[in-house]
Amino acid sequence: MGKGVAITGMGIISAIGNTVAENYLALIGEKKGISRIAWIDTIHKNEIMVGEINFSNAELESQLALDSNNNYSRTALLGAIAAKQAIAAAQITNIDTYKTGLISATSVGGMDMTERYFYEYLEEKSLQKYIDGHHAGDSSQKIAEQLGINHSLVTTISTACSSAANAIMFGARLIKAGKLDRVVVGGSDCLSKFTINGFKTLMILSDTYNTPFDENRKGLNLGEAAAFLVLESDAVVKAENKKVLAYVKGYGNANDAYHQTASSENGDGATLAMEKALKVAGLNPKDIDYVNAHGTATGNNDLSEGKALIRVFGENLPEFSSTKAYTGHTLAAAGAIEAVYSILALQHSVIYPNLNFKTQMKEFEITPQTTLKEKTLSAVLSNSLGFGGNCSTLIFTKEP
Amino acid sequence: MKRVFIQSVGSVSCQKTFDNSQFLDEIEIYEANVVPAIDPAYKDYIPPAAARRMAKGIKMGIVASKIALSDAGLDSVDAIITGTGMGCLVESEKFVSAIIDNKEEYLTPTSFIQSTHNTVGGQIALDLECKGYNFTYVHSSISFESALLDAQLQLAMEEAETILVGGVDELGAHTVKIHKLVHHIKAEMVSSARLLESNTEGAVFGEGANFFVLSNQKKEGAYAELLAVDILNTLDKEDLSQSMERFLATAELKVEDIDLLVMGNNGDVVFDTYYRELSDGLFSKIPQAYYKHLSGEFNTASSFGVWLASKILKFQQIPEDTKLNSITSSKLNRILLYNQYRGQNHSFVLLQKC
Amino acid sequence: MSDLKQELKAKIIEQLNLEDISVDTIADDDSLFGDGLGLDSIDALELIVMLDKDYGIKLLDPKEGRKIFESIEVMANYIAEHRTK
Repeated sequence: MGKGVAITGMGIISAIGNTVAENYLALIGEKKGISRIAWIDTIHKNEIMVGEINFSNAELESQLALDSNNNYSRTALLGAIAAKQAIAAAQITNIDTYKTGLISATSVGGMDMTERYFYEYLEEKSLQKYIDGHHAGDSSQKIAEQLGINHSLVTTISTACSSAANAIMFGARLIKAGKLDRVVVGGSDCLSKFTINGFKTLMILSDTYNTPFDENRKGLNLGEAAAFLVLESDAVVKAENKKVLAYVKGYGNANDAYHQTASSENGDGATLAMEKALKVAGLNPKDIDYVNAHGTATGNNDLSEGKALIRVFGENLPEFSSTKAYTGHTLAAAGAIEAVYSILALQHSVIYPNLNFKTQMKEFEITPQTTLKEKTLSAVLSNSLGFGGNCSTLIFTKEP
Repeated sequence: MKRVFIQSVGSVSCQKTFDNSQFLDEIEIYEANVVPAIDPAYKDYIPPAAARRMAKGIKMGIVASKIALSDAGLDSVDAIITGTGMGCLVESEKFVSAIIDNKEEYLTPTSFIQSTHNTVGGQIALDLECKGYNFTYVHSSISFESALLDAQLQLAMEEAETILVGGVDELGAHTVKIHKLVHHIKAEMVSSARLLESNTEGAVFGEGANFFVLSNQKKEGAYAELLAVDILNTLDKEDLSQSMERFLATAELKVEDIDLLVMGNNGDVVFDTYYRELSDGLFSKIPQAYYKHLSGEFNTASSFGVWLASKILKFQQIPEDTKLNSITSSKLNRILLYNQYRGQNHSFVLLQKC
Repeated sequence: MSDLKQELKAKIIEQLNLEDISVDTIADDDSLFGDGLGLDSIDALELIVMLDKDYGIKLLDPKEGRKIFESIEVMANYIAEHRTK
């Protein structure tokens, strides 16, 4: 049984950049990707702000050189772009050399097309090609096709806002168990009227820039993004003399079992997830150098997560920040986006500021890191917490 | 690596499978192209206050999981892993149509919340007060097998001792309508007794929930041992037999070691050719069975296949109505399951008597 | 006013799918959340939409809802005072 789970490539497209390098520059340059919505026509456009990727579907299609009768949803388009970057970064030229799988995550799937053509399907034959593209697994099938992954394990995870963290977790397990030599893991979600209106009904969308861990936080900004990592076994790394970016050292998932949507006030699920991840990693809380928090800027999440951080770390809480102020909450993709950011933090010895923070929360004393800080990091912990009580933690390290 | 056992089963389907003391004693025959699941008395399992915000998929999932837990004599488990192709479709459709019909005004949260794919897994966790690992796989016809594989790995690697694993999908009116348009659902009504003779495109759609308690300790009453699971996103018909042999070889088995092949034939004249490849070729001398005439086709219908195979191994009896050929075997030790949907997302599952 | 109260009870039962409860079993001063009818935060959001749709009252902060939805009595008084339709 292999032990290490090496990360050898990564790719990302988000509101703050179309490549890993662009995302990093925006992070250290403190450039937010939050704006008024441009590509979706919604009656809420003046009441919400979003993290949108500034390409039309047609532009994304042409980046992938798709022909005009393709039936890619925006989720599939974004996912394919990010996954291809990850494969290129890992310098994989022949995907078939090793047994390679794909674990992708999405919550929106092909809903962007479904909501557009829901009734038109009944009348317009040329649109019916999108019917098959609705289900969540379709975007993963298309990403696999773009990567040339055949006769292999390709599956999709959807656990709301923790989905991509869970895809990374399952991928790591598959490598550890020797089921696969190499696995592409991550997630993709596009903006849609469905999620905009859904979160609107929950009254947790901010009408301005989101402010994680701030006393006066007004809710989240939705975002769209995709990010993927290439995970490889020790054997592949050795045989190919691969450069390793970082390791997936620990992972844990737990359920709050508290409420359909809300997190428990004392953060039971998040506490359990972090404790499990530390145990799997064989690390103590004091070994963690930076926490990339879920920090969605909703009243409920930040309180619950903050309490969980205090429960797990006590006096040893390192610098923590949420990068949602940059990207918005990218739902099922968030865990992968923040995995890329965590790995970049390790590589560059830097902690990103929790932008837009002004006022200390009343309920506790912990304060996020608000300025860019240089610090040598050897272990970064990243949280992803979602609907249905789903709580996930990943730990990335520089050394195996 | 620990061995993994199917300790118990729970099923809500188009057959009266919710009574675990029976095993398809009476078969419901349908003349239809869409078949809803037979409702158990949900009130016996779910208090009305909790049920008021539950789609049928959630209810079916909770009932099937409660049956499986009680069958295993457990109050809770270490982990819950769910497979669902489409999640709670009815509420998802309701929310999309409300967005369009009401032009984004006066929308309410209940449908949106239930449209989240992991809502069934989350509700089961709430119901069992289970704070353990909780995953939901949503990948067409291998949604359930993904869950099964995840559970198998965790149990084998001793990350958990008992895991509730299941597949659940529900029918939605609009989805049925558009799937008829693209001929994924048969245009005509078909008798379930003659599904495989229909000779037409498309399947007969159904719905249901099949849950299992898996454990890495064999306890009394266990149904079967789970030997292996494999998932393939693509597979050409010509490569099927070879892939199957390779899969069996990973368990150090050959075709002749298999006592029953259970397949996912759904009566679609275009894609049942995959199954025929095996039934007429590699497995022509092996007893064969099928089940989608009983369960209907849905993304997690293969969980009904695993339910059937588990019951067959425990009861040591193959229901007449499920037999695909007349070959009999003196023993019933190992069952191989094969399923795919529209030529994609293939799964192999290998079970052994215990 | 008593008509409005009856109307609210019927609407709440329908909107929130309270199958086992009838209009007569809800007293005007029964608390709707917690120990009373047992409604929760999602129900509060449903009721906020009802206020907007049926009575033209827009609430921006869900916390406001909790006070207004204390009981049928409180709710009816609030609606009578603030309704625009």
